[in-house]
Amino acid sequence: MQKSLAPLLEDAQEIVGLRQNQLQDNIVASIYSTAEQIAGEVVSHTSPKRRDLDRQIDNILTSPIWGFPIMFGVLAVVFWVTIVGANIPSSLLATELFWIEARLTDLFMALNAPGWLHGFLVLGVYRSLAWVVSVMLPPMAIFFPLFTLLEDLGYLPRVAFNLDRFFKKAGAHGKQALTMSMGFGCNAAGIIACRIIESPRERLIATLTNNFVPCNGRFPTLIALVSIFIAGSVSLSLSSIVATLAVAGLVVFGIAVTLAISWLLSITILRGEPSSFTLELPPYRRPLVGQVLVRSVLDRTIFVLRRAVIIAAPAGGLIWILANATVDGASLLSTLAGWLDTPARFMGLDGFILLAFILGLPANEIVLPILIMSYVCGGAMTELASLADLRHLLVEQHGWTWLTALCTMIFSLCHWPCGTTLFTIQREQRSRRWTLLAALIPTAVGVVVCIFINNLVRLLDLV
Amino acid sequence: MSATTTLNRLSNGSFALVKEVMAEGLTRRRLLDLGLVPGTKVEVIRRSPAGDPIAFNIRGAVIALRRDVAGQVLVSPWK
Amino acid sequence: MGLTYQSTGQSTTREIFNALADHCDYAIALAGNPNTGKSTVFNALTGLRQHTGNWPGKTVQRAEGSYIYKSHRFRLIDLPGTYSLLSNSADEEVARDFICFARPDATIVVVDATCLERNLNLALQVMEITGRVVICVNLIDEARRKKIRIDIDKLGKRLGVPVVATAARSGEGMPRLKELVSDVASKRVQTKLQPVRYSQEVENAIARLEPRVQAIVGNSINSRWLTLRLLDGDTRLVHTMENYLNTGETVSVMPVVQEGLV
Repeated sequence: MQKSLAPLLEDAQEIVGLRQNQLQDNIVASIYSTAEQIAGEVVSHTSPKRRDLDRQIDNILTSPIWGFPIMFGVLAVVFWVTIVGANIPSSLLATELFWIEARLTDLFMALNAPGWLHGFLVLGVYRSLAWVVSVMLPPMAIFFPLFTLLEDLGYLPRVAFNLDRFFKKAGAHGKQALTMSMGFGCNAAGIIACRIIESPRERLIATLTNNFVPCNGRFPTLIALVSIFIAGSVSLSLSSIVATLAVAGLVVFGIAVTLAISWLLSITILRGEPSSFTLELPPYRRPLVGQVLVRSVLDRTIFVLRRAVIIAAPAGGLIWILANATVDGASLLSTLAGWLDTPARFMGLDGFILLAFILGLPANEIVLPILIMSYVCGGAMTELASLADLRHLLVEQHGWTWLTALCTMIFSLCHWPCGTTLFTIQREQRSRRWTLLAALIPTAVGVVVCIFINNLVRLLDLV
Repeated sequence: MSATTTLNRLSNGSFALVKEVMAEGLTRRRLLDLGLVPGTKVEVIRRSPAGDPIAFNIRGAVIALRRDVAGQVLVSPWK
Repeated sequence: MGLTYQSTGQSTTREIFNALADHCDYAIALAGNPNTGKSTVFNALTGLRQHTGNWPGKTVQRAEGSYIYKSHRFRLIDLPGTYSLLSNSADEEVARDFICFARPDATIVVVDATCLERNLNLALQVMEITGRVVICVNLIDEARRKKIRIDIDKLGKRLGVPVVATAARSGEGMPRLKELVSDVASKRVQTKLQPVRYSQEVENAIARLEPRVQAIVGNSINSRWLTLRLLDGDTRLVHTMENYLNTGETVSVMPVVQEGLV
């Protein structure tokens, strides 16, 4: 026999009548007054001092005058430490990993292995693995522990508190500021961070727009292009300042796009009542620095390594095949690039650039290496010894202008998320529709903005 | 009987007693669950540097509410 | 707020790439308000023996871990941090359904020693559903620093369940917590709940309805609590409850979905 509670629910409603709200109040109030009474019996205060300390810290960190400067200062320091601090371990790792590559090559030679096997396994699979590890590991192992420290201190909720108003106007949640910040480290992490947003609508907005903040895999590309095309044109003493400002400008552009798209989503497909916003500002606490560092660095290392093995390595193999398999004397890579050339040029790019983005789907950090590889027809991903070499390759040999660089940077900021991120979105939202939209929205924005800028600039004859 | 106002109209540093939560549905439950039940003493701590949201001390925790939500809580100022 | 731990922790790596589960003698739920150091308690109890996934059909993180105490394996399920079990947000529904339907052998409620009154609200709500509760008064070190004293014995007597003061960061009180959890889970210790008394109007309504509720749900579900939810007009719970009574199934308490990238 089916058990049904429906008749009882009806009876209950009859008893309660129109007083449902009062009754709810009543029940909650009784529980709270019981809690109050018990707490009153067992808790004794001897001094109220410490609460005041939290207040005083908040007086500064959320003050109308200092709140924003301190917040941007803290974020700037985190980025600066990440980018500068990652340089040394990155190049050390690269040196080590490429030394191993040379030894692997020796081994293949000694075994008389066929050239294609060596190419596929060492120049394709191993090299892209080495690339992803040396580019991604150091910044991630620096960025995320710093963020965890900020969280443990209790500072992050204050950031949401400071910025909520702007997100409210975009129909989004103040905590989106935090998921975006996480996105700077890694968009996949940013997507998971969206869980802290309780309401499904605002969480979805944050998820769909997270890709507009450049992750650690895209920063190096942006920095390299900025250094060559924008900072390179001014005197040396100014160049690092100009480069910093230009990268900051790109980030601000990304944030502006995030807010604009969030707003658009909130008045179109995600229209609806803004859900109730509640945010606790917990007391400040001294973080357990050692534990945080060890754990966080370890976690990041495992994450990057697994991602490199599972995603980047197979992609490296595939790319090597594309670059080395030839049809009618031309590599598959350049044939594909030829097909893409016309639409790409309309967006201010060229076929190779667009192809590099497409092949870079598994991991954003291999976009630039793929591009260089296809430009030099090297058959394997390569890095050039210096920015001057890269400049020579792009400008002298492949006709890049500042416009090409600008469109490439914008497309890097606004295109489909990387494979890991898409996988994460699918797992979090459990909907192919939202995953597809998460790829389509930024791509559409990137295509439209690139076409607009490219044609505007050409129309005005600025190039 | 003291004057009735809403939580968002109080100035920083002032106290008030909750009289009634006007919100409906999920927002209402949320506010009740945070401890905004009739008779609760609430302290207005600060406003965000951007003016909104507003932070309150509700039963020992600092909770920020947006202005429109705080506007749905009827209170009487407490001196 | 669990931001970086959720999204960058080792657990996430495992979650993105794979997850594993193993079998245990007792299932223990871990409940508590946000910002009470609940995850620190979880980590202190389970160490690295953790894995995570999502609650089926929800984007609410589910973390599980296990530890061994006196040669019994305890499986610890970390419920989402909530202020209450009443408002039907996804988090609260997950926590409530787990305690109500999965019926863990014991539920640890982590409360913040510096903010006891607010935290007891949740503890009292949990104790309306189940009596097999251990209260963990965490952040006792913070409380000492803030010159707040808590009479733990008195709190235990008043609530009728075992209470332990802990500072999970430093490990203080953790052995005692394990001992009490083991006592409650194995029913060595019987708890004597002191239910919340409601206003006369509510109590009268309960008195009218509860016998009939009990006739339907028997002893598997706390009938006083369910009667209150009926009076509350909680239709979602009624729906889940009917499903449970008729099929023995609930959507949200099934084991972690196994999934990996490859």
